[in-house]
Order: sequence, then structure tokens, then C-alpha cells
Amino acid sequence: MNIILEGLVKAFWLIVSLDREVYEIMFLSLRVSGTAVLIGALLGVPSGATVGLKEFFGKRFLMSVINTLMGLPPVVVGLLVYLLLSTSGPLGVFQLLYSPEAMIIAQLIMVIPIVMGVTISSVSSVSKAIREKALSLGATNWQMTLKVLKEAKLGILTALIVSFGAAISEVGAVMIVGGNIRWATRVLTTAIVFETELGEFGLAIALGLILLLLAFVINWVLTYLQWSGLRR
Amino acid sequence: MRPLVETLNLSKLYDGTDALKNVNVEVNRGEVLAVVGPSGSGKTTLLRLMNLLETPSSGQILFDGRDVACSDADRLTLRRRMGMVFQQAVLFNETVCENIAYPLKIRGYLKKKSGLKVRDALKLVGLSGFEKKRATGLSGGEAQRVALAQAMISEPELLLLDEPTVNLDPRNVSIIESVISKVNRERGTTIILATHNMLQAEQLATKVAVLREGELVEIGDSKEIFRKPSDFLAMFGRVLNVFTGQSQLTEEGTAIIDIGEGFKIEALTTKTGSITVFIRPEEIIVSKTPIVSSARNMLKGKVEEILALDQTVQLKVDAARQFTVNITKKSFQEMRINLGSDIYLSFKASSVHIV
Repeated sequence: MNIILEGLVKAFWLIVSLDREVYEIMFLSLRVSGTAVLIGALLGVPSGATVGLKEFFGKRFLMSVINTLMGLPPVVVGLLVYLLLSTSGPLGVFQLLYSPEAMIIAQLIMVIPIVMGVTISSVSSVSKAIREKALSLGATNWQMTLKVLKEAKLGILTALIVSFGAAISEVGAVMIVGGNIRWATRVLTTAIVFETELGEFGLAIALGLILLLLAFVINWVLTYLQWSGLRR
Repeated sequence: MRPLVETLNLSKLYDGTDALKNVNVEVNRGEVLAVVGPSGSGKTTLLRLMNLLETPSSGQILFDGRDVACSDADRLTLRRRMGMVFQQAVLFNETVCENIAYPLKIRGYLKKKSGLKVRDALKLVGLSGFEKKRATGLSGGEAQRVALAQAMISEPELLLLDEPTVNLDPRNVSIIESVISKVNRERGTTIILATHNMLQAEQLATKVAVLREGELVEIGDSKEIFRKPSDFLAMFGRVLNVFTGQSQLTEEGTAIIDIGEGFKIEALTTKTGSITVFIRPEEIIVSKTPIVSSARNMLKGKVEEILALDQTVQLKVDAARQFTVNITKKSFQEMRINLGSDIYLSFKASSVHIV
């Protein structure tokens, strides 16, 4: 009980005193996961919309694959990216291992199936009648797709919420490809693991609280957007 | 002058069944074609093919002389010259204004210019001031009027209307009908209207095409077709006052048809045996007392139902069989008709149409 209480006090102090290391860690977490989600959205939303709106051979199979990848264990992604980026790996020449870029790549691989999967299901749920309506009114295929995405925006915001939550809270992949290097690749989750192992519960709790708070604020903003979209 | 739309042996197969079989239809500029037929007769399929939402299994569609089986870009150009209203109003989840402006937006109109057009379009369908409303919160009738405004805002040469008034209340129906005839009259928009409402077809159309199980069974001038509806048209078309009875010839060369319970009506026919006839509601004269007139038929009946329509009052009258008659609101008031009132129905022998 004492340990938790002491931890909470220390956490509070670290947060209000604007401890430089704590904030550095927080910003790196935000940068890595935010970038991964942003790139994931740029790639995943259009490709998800294409898969969702087009009929082609093997569509069901592709969707099963995407659904499976949505539950990809982060450690496995970490291992895969590690093997790709390690000096002897195929992408070793870029020397990206143990850098924030490697962490972004790993989280991106996790995020893309989530964004795609949720986008596919939400554009598919926009009725065929809406698509035909847009075409009938003279839309090009591209204009029709934009219209469908607009109609599916709640689902797409859900995709962003879910993937940001998955990215910022995962530890396996960033630990393997980032290496948890202080001042370089240490993010909230890896720092919590590290500090807990050291018995530095105060710092671990502080980082844990920040992680929760961040996840909450981001979700709150996105949920707000989602509901205002629903109400309008 | 070449027709605006023409189909040549148009056929469409859905899962092995013929939705349309060798349909040849010609619609000239400025015409209103009513496509009538029971559900499943292929009306919607024909309109969807014309709107290029489906591709024919065989046959051709010519729009303004051009085969619509062309490149995607050309099809887009052709499609942008028409507008379509679907049976179920489908609107985007945004404001009424954004919905109606959409066809202009995708054609690259500036916001300012489209705003004025939207206002005019809303005025036309009687929904001025609805701009900021959420389209998804509208009633069925309002939504269909918005859909109509949306289809017309780009001033299409051809307007395809797929049962636009089905399941709507009489007020919305009459608003939509008057908008349809107005755009045809004032803008010269060519209209193809799929409907199973015969009165609507008769009231709006200059030309009628009758579909039955995917085949075109009749096409021609609306007046001609409705003056002498075929068996088929009378059967499905909710032509009112349809009766079957035994016909016997009289010495004067007319026929007396026993429609049951001792009620007999006189008709101009030489057919005997079991025949089916119909009498149009507007050809029946209603009176409170027996009248002396040239009409050969007079039946006494009781008013069972009173329905106020837009300009007329429709009465259902029990006179051996149920008759439907239409009278003006004014005569309805002057005659002081109530439920249960006894009234007399008179009509000429020549108004008894043989099916």
C-alpha cells in the first residue's frame, strides 16, 4: 500500500514539476504513435475504401486476411521488423534499427490492418442506394467514393480511435525495434516496463498515469468529433 | 426529330430470369411517358438501364441518338444530362441545402451560384426555408420532394421517376405531381414516370407504355390507351368500379348485365355471357333523389366511406357492389352527404366500358 501511495505522490510531483525526461518520453510516444496512425490512415482509408466498394475475385479471402492481421500480436510485428531492419536483414542498409523511425514502421504495420478493416466494414455498411444515388446525380467514381467516405465518417473516426489506442499502448514491438534507449527511443510503455523492473514505482506510476491521460484526451477529442458528426 | 431516348430490343436478365424482354420504347423531347405495370413487371429495371445504373443483357439504348454503350467518360457525360428519383427517397446525411447542391458541386459550380439555384429548387417543391435542416430527419414526403429538387437542379433534359409517390400521403402526392407537370410544361423536361397508379399516369402522361412480366404489351398515346384500357391494364391498374356479371342482349341492341343481388346495368355491347366491365368514377352522376336523364343506368346506394382528396371528395357507395365516385367539394357540401346517406348513381350505357 505504502509503495503505491509513495508512487502516486512522486508521480504527481513529476507531472507538475514538468520533469524534462518524463515529458520527453511522452512526446516521443505521441510522435511515434501519432505518425504511425496518420500514415496508417493515409494508406489504410483509401485502400480500405477501394476494397470495400469494389467487387473482385478473392475479396472475401483478402478480408479474412485483413481481419486476422487486425489482431496481430505486437511482439510478432516487432520481431518481423527487427529481422527486416537488422544489419544482416534486407533493409539493413538504411540503419534504422533502434530509431524512432523503426518504431513508427512497426506500429504502422500494426495500424494499417486495423484502419483498413474498420474502413472496409464502414464503407460496406453505407447502403448501395447511397452509392447509386451519387452516381445517378452525376458523380464520377472518385466523387462517389468521397461521398461514401463522408457518409462513413463515424466508422472511419472509430478506426482512428481504435488504432491510436492500440499503437500508444503496445509495448512489444517498440521494445524490440526501439530498444528502449534513454533520451532516444524510450516511450511511455517501454519506460514503464523498465522502471518497474528497477523498482522505480513512482516514475512508473507517473508514466502510467500520463499514458492513461493521453489516451483519454485523444479519445475524448475523437469521440466528441464522432458524436458531433452523428448529431449534425 | 430524333427521339431523346430510344430502346432497341432491350433485354435484361437477372439470375437467369428475364426482367425485360425485347423492349422497344421511343420517347421524344418534351413528352411524359408513363411506364405502367404491376410490381415486378420491369419498370424499375427499364429506368435503371436508362440511367446507366445497369447494363443491358442485350439490345441497345440510344440517348439523343447516341448508343450509351460507350466509354466511362462518355457515359458520365450522358448521365449528367438526366436526373433520377428513386422509389425510396435516398438522401445524404447532411443538410437539405448540401443535398440539393450536390449535383452542382460535382459539376464544379461555385457555392454562391448554387445557393441561389438551391433556393429556387426548394421553392419549386414547396420547401422554402428548409436549407439548414438535416435531410435524415425529414418525413417521407418531404424527403421525396428534396430528392426531386436534387434530381432537377442540374436542369436535366430527361427526368426518370421511379414510383416517386408510392406510400406518400395525398398532399405530398399532389405537390409532387404538380411539380412534375410544371417542369415538363415550363422547362420542357422530358419525363419518364414509372407508376402503378393509373390516375396519376392518366393525369400526367402524354404517352403510356404498359409492361407485363418484362414485356412491352402496349405503347401509345395516353388518351387512346386510357379510353379503351386493355384487359390487362384494367386488371392490375386499380381501374375502379370493375364488375363481372352475366350479359344478355336486349331488343334495342344494348346488353343488360346482372352484377348480382338483382342489380342490373345496361351497356353498349353485343357480347353475351360472363363479361367484365368498368365505369369511371368521373362518369357517374351523384344525386340525392332519383333524376330523369338520358342516362340508362341509375342505382340506389348507401355512402360507406368519405375521403377528401385534393380538389374532390371520393365516395365509396354500396349499391349491390361497391362503387367509387368522385364529386367536387362544393357539391359534396351542397348535397349534405353523410356516412349512411342514400344516394343515386346515374351513368350512361356508353360509360360502361367492356374489358
